[in-house]
Amino acid sequence: MTDAAPRILMCPPDHFGIEYEINPWMNVRQGADPARASAQWLALEATLLDLGVEVDRLAPAPGLPDLVFTANAGLVHRRTFIVSRFRFGVRQGETPHFEAWARGRGFEVVSPPEGMNFEGAGDALFCGETLFAGYRFRSDVRSHQWVGERLGVEVLPMELVDPRYYHLDTCFCPIAPDAALYYPGAFDEYGRSVIRARIPTLIEVRAEEAQSFSCNAVVVGRTVMLNRGAPRLAEDLERLGYATRPLDLSEFIKSGGSAKCLTLRIDGEEAAAWKAGGAGGSP
Amino acid sequence: MASEDETKTKKPEARAIAGAADEIEVRGHIVDSLLLPKILDRILQMGGTFEIHECRIGVKRTDPSYARIGIRAESPELLAEILGDLVEHGASPVNLEDARVAAADVASAFPEDFYSTTNQRTQVRSKGLWIDVEDQEMDCGIALDVEAGRARCIPMVHVTLGTPIVVGHAGVRVIPEERPRETSLFGFMNSNVSSEKPKAVSLQSVADGIRATRAAGKKVLLVGGPAIVHTGSAPHVARLIREGWIQTLFAGNALATHDVEQSLYGTSLGVSIAKGESIEHGHEHHLRAINTIRRLGSLKAAVEKGVVTSGIMYECVKNGTDFVLAGSIRDDGPLPDVITDVLEAQDRMRAASREVGFALCIATALHSIATGNLLPAWVKVVCVDINPATVTKLADRGSFQTIGIVTDVEPFLRSLAVELTADREAAGR
Repeated sequence: MTDAAPRILMCPPDHFGIEYEINPWMNVRQGADPARASAQWLALEATLLDLGVEVDRLAPAPGLPDLVFTANAGLVHRRTFIVSRFRFGVRQGETPHFEAWARGRGFEVVSPPEGMNFEGAGDALFCGETLFAGYRFRSDVRSHQWVGERLGVEVLPMELVDPRYYHLDTCFCPIAPDAALYYPGAFDEYGRSVIRARIPTLIEVRAEEAQSFSCNAVVVGRTVMLNRGAPRLAEDLERLGYATRPLDLSEFIKSGGSAKCLTLRIDGEEAAAWKAGGAGGSP
Repeated sequence: MASEDETKTKKPEARAIAGAADEIEVRGHIVDSLLLPKILDRILQMGGTFEIHECRIGVKRTDPSYARIGIRAESPELLAEILGDLVEHGASPVNLEDARVAAADVASAFPEDFYSTTNQRTQVRSKGLWIDVEDQEMDCGIALDVEAGRARCIPMVHVTLGTPIVVGHAGVRVIPEERPRETSLFGFMNSNVSSEKPKAVSLQSVADGIRATRAAGKKVLLVGGPAIVHTGSAPHVARLIREGWIQTLFAGNALATHDVEQSLYGTSLGVSIAKGESIEHGHEHHLRAINTIRRLGSLKAAVEKGVVTSGIMYECVKNGTDFVLAGSIRDDGPLPDVITDVLEAQDRMRAASREVGFALCIATALHSIATGNLLPAWVKVVCVDINPATVTKLADRGSFQTIGIVTDVEPFLRSLAVELTADREAAGR
């Protein structure tokens, strides 16, 4: 374990808004309230700072309302940053910003081959040694196989079957190398079997609580930040020895994102085995 | 000519039954992620079938695995639908190139690197579409008319200057015959040749195969050696022809000669069929028989003039059975109907075998192998011989669909005639 402070990339919601619809949560006629969005974002940042997190702020850019969702910037593995290749054109303009940031922080930046879709930590999450990956709506399965090969890690692509849970981080959240919470309804029987076979400690999130984006959680040490409205999940987490910090991120849910989507762990997620094994690896 | 036209009009029907097939590959972490089982399940759920052609499992967890999977569906549309679905799960089609073609630069020879055919159903990709290769035959090349969108097997000797011939393996795929899964008929038997198999069951399977072939409107081909006549089986074969169970006969000079000899003198190679004893001057009988036919001009003339009044050849003429007699170097005579140019004989056999759905090869190695070379793999072949080596020889030369029955031909043919004729009688009642 490293004593260095956890580091998280965030992007202030100066230009955040609902300007297009690329998931079932988005509705351009029901836009986000900028002042409320800003307040909610600052509350999340304050919570993280309170937990000793070093927040790295990415400069917001006009015309890129979803740049706030830094989880989709790419995938961090030691000194390598696999930058996202967004499925939808409206988000593809974010890539140069994320790429420039990663280079500035000393990462070796790698792009998935052309023709593949890969949406970073939104769809690829380490739990232990293994990279769990979601495909169908945003990332495609070939990109995950490519990432696994490029990083030399085992990757387990799982199909996402419910369009409301279009990214893996909306329905699956590793909390430790051997533990995760997940919403079974977002996967088919194959995906559920993979998760059950490979992760010893699992919390099943109930449908009504999954719908309030509670799986889209940020884990820092033994504390879990998640959208409010998931008391049963909070109980389950507390039973496993985790403290929870419920937050109101309702403005961002209008866009299909919550706490996890708004953050990118730079020094490795708590659940990633490589983080514990190679503390010196982060730049 | 009429049969040529028939061949062409019936082809598409045969293709429809065969359905469509393609090959995909999938690589990466496909085992623990359950992607491979999922892909296989989806093929079945969507109404297709699969066969794993290659599978390499990674040794360590971080190692990728690989699988190459053949997929089959009843129609090209369904196949396209299945492939479209599988792409979403990481599968990619193996064949993406068009077949390459080179114009023949030497007559009666293929260009270098020509694609050498098998007897299995084959397709070539032309202008992005898979087209069936017609006249499927092993050890040929493929002539591909890109403009017309037609491909066919072509023997080396038929190549003319400029014939477009497929070269290399790209854009060519073979669709192996599905192994029958049912326990009856050919599912019961396999190519293992043994003299220690229950003969009654084998015989029943052959009879069922012949009935099914006739019911499907296909022809039954008999490829026979002279032992049929020597063993006294000619009347059984004659009966099978008379009763409509055999439409085509391939043989050599010997079978026809001894059959005529028996009709004229009651002997086969000078031995009385009735008594099993050599007859004085009997060794001359076959030559005298040949001479008689040669003097009349043909077997047909001999039958029409009432000179030959019984036997296999008599029934062939009477029933309009298509027979091809191919000559060999040691032939006496030969009979005027024997084709002594081997390439011409091969062509006649090739043309006559197009509509064949079932081939019964009895007591002849040479003619059986020649026939096996011409038949596509989906034509059932049963080889009956007292010598196991003859049966294995045929299978070893690529006619792997051959079912071998090691037995004496006379009891076999007698039982078969009884079985099929009884059937006919039962139907008549």
